[in-house]
Amino acid sequence: MENLVYVALFAPFVGSLFASIFGMSERKMFVGYVASALLATAFVASATLAFNLYTTGNVIHLTMMDWISAGDINVPFGFVIDQISVTMMTVVTLVSTIVHIYAIGYMDHDKSFNRFFSYLSAFVFSMMVLVMSDNFLGLFIGWEGVGVCSWLLVGFWYHKPDQTREENPSISPSWAANEAFIMNRIADLGMLIGIFILYWNTGSLQYDEVFAQLPYLSDTILTTAAIALFIGAMGKSAQFPLHTWLTDAMEGPTPVSALIHAATMVTAGVFLVIRANPLYAVTPEVSFFIACLGTFVAFYAASMALVERDLKRIIAYSTLSQLGYMFAAAGLGAYWIALFHLAAHAFFKALLFLGGGNVMHAMHDELDLFKMGELRKKMKGTWIYMTIASIALAGLPPLAGFWSKDAIIETAFNESTYVLWFMLVLTAGMTAFYSFRQVFLTFHGEDRHTALGFHPHEMYTFVLVAMSPLAVLAIITGWFMDSYKGFIYKLSENVHYDMSAHTHHLATYLGLIVIFVAVSGIALAYYKYARTGEHAFKRDLEKEDGFVYKLLKNQYYVPKFYEEFITKPYRIISEVLWTRVDLKIVDATVDGIAKFFYHTGDKTRAMQTGNLSNYLNWMAFGAVILLLIAAISAMIG
Amino acid sequence: MIGLSHYLIVSAIIFSIGLVGVLRRRNLLMLFFATEVMLNGVNIAFAAISHYYNDLTGQMFAFFIIAIAASEVAVGLGILIVLYKKYGSLDLDDLANMRG
Repeated sequence: MENLVYVALFAPFVGSLFASIFGMSERKMFVGYVASALLATAFVASATLAFNLYTTGNVIHLTMMDWISAGDINVPFGFVIDQISVTMMTVVTLVSTIVHIYAIGYMDHDKSFNRFFSYLSAFVFSMMVLVMSDNFLGLFIGWEGVGVCSWLLVGFWYHKPDQTREENPSISPSWAANEAFIMNRIADLGMLIGIFILYWNTGSLQYDEVFAQLPYLSDTILTTAAIALFIGAMGKSAQFPLHTWLTDAMEGPTPVSALIHAATMVTAGVFLVIRANPLYAVTPEVSFFIACLGTFVAFYAASMALVERDLKRIIAYSTLSQLGYMFAAAGLGAYWIALFHLAAHAFFKALLFLGGGNVMHAMHDELDLFKMGELRKKMKGTWIYMTIASIALAGLPPLAGFWSKDAIIETAFNESTYVLWFMLVLTAGMTAFYSFRQVFLTFHGEDRHTALGFHPHEMYTFVLVAMSPLAVLAIITGWFMDSYKGFIYKLSENVHYDMSAHTHHLATYLGLIVIFVAVSGIALAYYKYARTGEHAFKRDLEKEDGFVYKLLKNQYYVPKFYEEFITKPYRIISEVLWTRVDLKIVDATVDGIAKFFYHTGDKTRAMQTGNLSNYLNWMAFGAVILLLIAAISAMIG
Repeated sequence: MIGLSHYLIVSAIIFSIGLVGVLRRRNLLMLFFATEVMLNGVNIAFAAISHYYNDLTGQMFAFFIIAIAASEVAVGLGILIVLYKKYGSLDLDDLANMRG
C-alpha cells in the first residue's frame, strides 16, 4: 500500500518534469498523452487506496524521510492517508485526469501546449502534497505550490494585452495572475502566523500531536490560532473580502478555471478547516463566524451572478457561492457534509466549466451570453452536459448537488440558526435562477449569434467522451451519501454530525421547500430567457440602468473600492517614496560617494605629470607632512 | 670640544643639501649624486649616535647603507646608460612620457 501512496503522489510530478523537458519546444501531442496517463495512474492509485481504506479501515501513516531536524524542531516528510485526505486525493486526481484529457483538445492550437501540461501536472503534485501531508508545514508547502501554479496558469497567456469588450472590460491575464497571487500572499501571512502560534504552544507541527495538545491550551491562543488559520483559508477559498481575485482569474485558460479555480485549489481552504476540525470544534465563536461568513458569501456571490453576462464569470460566482455553502457547513460543525459537498461540487462544477470551455472554443473566445442563444442545435453534447451540471448545481434531486446542498441547509436548520437557513434557502433559489439563466441564454431562446458572424461547432468527440465520467458522477454522487457517511464516521468522533430527531422528522418538508425554491428559480429563468418568438428575451435597458442592477453588475463596487482606496493610495505612496526617499536620499547617497571618488580622481590626475622630478617633490612634501604629524603627536602624547 | 650636536648639525646640513639636489636637479645623474649625498648625511648621524651611546649597531647600519648604496648605484648607472642610449638625454623634462 505504501508504494501506492508514492505512486499517487509522484506520478503527477514525473508528468510535470517530463512535460517540462519539452517546455520550450513546439507542440508535441505525446506530452499531453504521457501527462494524462500519469495522472490516470495517480487516480487509480488513489482510488485503490480509497477502496482499501473503505474495506479495511486502516489509516496509512508513513514517513518518507526526515526533513527538518534541528534542535527542538523535528518535521518529517510524512503523509497520512485517512478518510479526509483520501477523499480529496480521489477527487483531485479524477478531475485532473479528465481536465488533462480535455486540455489535449482544448489547447491543441496553442503554441505553448507542452508548457501548459508541465504547469498543470505540477499543480496536481502540489495539491497532492497539500492534502496528503501529515503536518502543517507540508500543508503549507503544498499551499504555496498550488499558489505558484495558479499564478503560472492564470497568467499562461501573459502576452495578451488588455482588451476592451463591450460592457465587460477585460483585464489582462498577467494582471489577474498577479492579483490572485498577491491576495493569496496576504492571506498566507495569516495562515503562517496560525502555524507559528500552534507550533509555539504545542512544540510540534504534526496534526495528531498538535490536536492532542489542544485541550491544554488557553482559549485566547486557540481562538487566535483558529482565526489566523481561517484567514489563510479565506484567501485560498476566495471568501469575502479576499474574493475579487477568483472572478478575475477566469482570464486563464478554461481547463485551468475548471481544475484550479473551481474543483480543487479553491477548496483547499475548506479542506484546511475540515483538517483542523479538532481546533475549530473547541472554538465555537470562530466556527460560528465561519458559518456566518460562508452564508453571507453564498448569498453575496449568487446575487452578483444574477446579472452577469460573462459565461465564465457566472460559473466563477457560483463557485464562490458554493464555497460559501461549504464553509457554512464546516462552521456549523458538519465537517463531513462540507467535505461531501466539496466532492460533489468538484464534479459538477468541473463539468460546467469544461462545458463552458466548449462554448468558448466554439464561439472563438466570446463569452457574452447576450451574443449566444440557441446553441443546443449545434452543440448537443455540450448542451446535455451543461444542463446536467446546472441541474446538479441548482440542487434538484436526484442529482449530486441536491443531496449535499440540502444536507447543508438542513444543518443550518438543525443548529437553530434560522437566519442562516433562510439565507441559504434563498441562495438556493438564486443559484437555480442564475445557472439556468446561463443555460437558457446560451443554448435556448432566439439565435443571436449567427447575425454577429459566429459559426459555432461542437468540440472534438474524444473531449466529450472524456467529460462523460464527470457527467455520470454529477448525477450519481449523491446516492452514495449514506455510505460515505459510514466511511468517514470511522475517522473520529469529531466528524460525526447527525440531525436531531426533530429535524429528521421535518427533513422531507425542508427538502421540499428547497426543491420548490429551486424550481421556481428555474421557472423564472425559463419565463424570462428561454422563450422564442414574440416572448423572446430582450434587453431591458431601463432596468439595466437601475441602481440595484448597476450595484450587482459592478460587484458591489468592491473592486472599485480596492482600486480607489488601496491600489491608488499605495501607488501614490510608492511614487512619493520613490521620488522623494529613494531617489533623493538612498540613491543620492550612493551616487554621491561614487561621484566624490570620481571627481577626486579626476582632479588629482593632474599630479601625474610623468616628470620624475615632480614626483620626488610630492614625495618630499608628503614626508615633511608625515614628519610634522609625528612631531606634533609626540609633543601632544 | 666637538660633541654629538655638531655631528648631527653637519649631518642635517649634508642631508638638506642632498634633498635640495633631489628636488631641484633635472639631470638624472645629478639626482643620483644628490641621493648619495643624502645617504652619507644619514651615515654621519648613525656613526655619531652610535659612538655617543657606545653601541656598535648604528655603525653596522652605516656599513649596510654604504653597501646598499654601492649596489644601488651599480644598478642605477646601468639603467642610466640604457636610458641615455634610448633617448639621447638624461634630462627629466625630456623623459616625461608617462603623463596621466
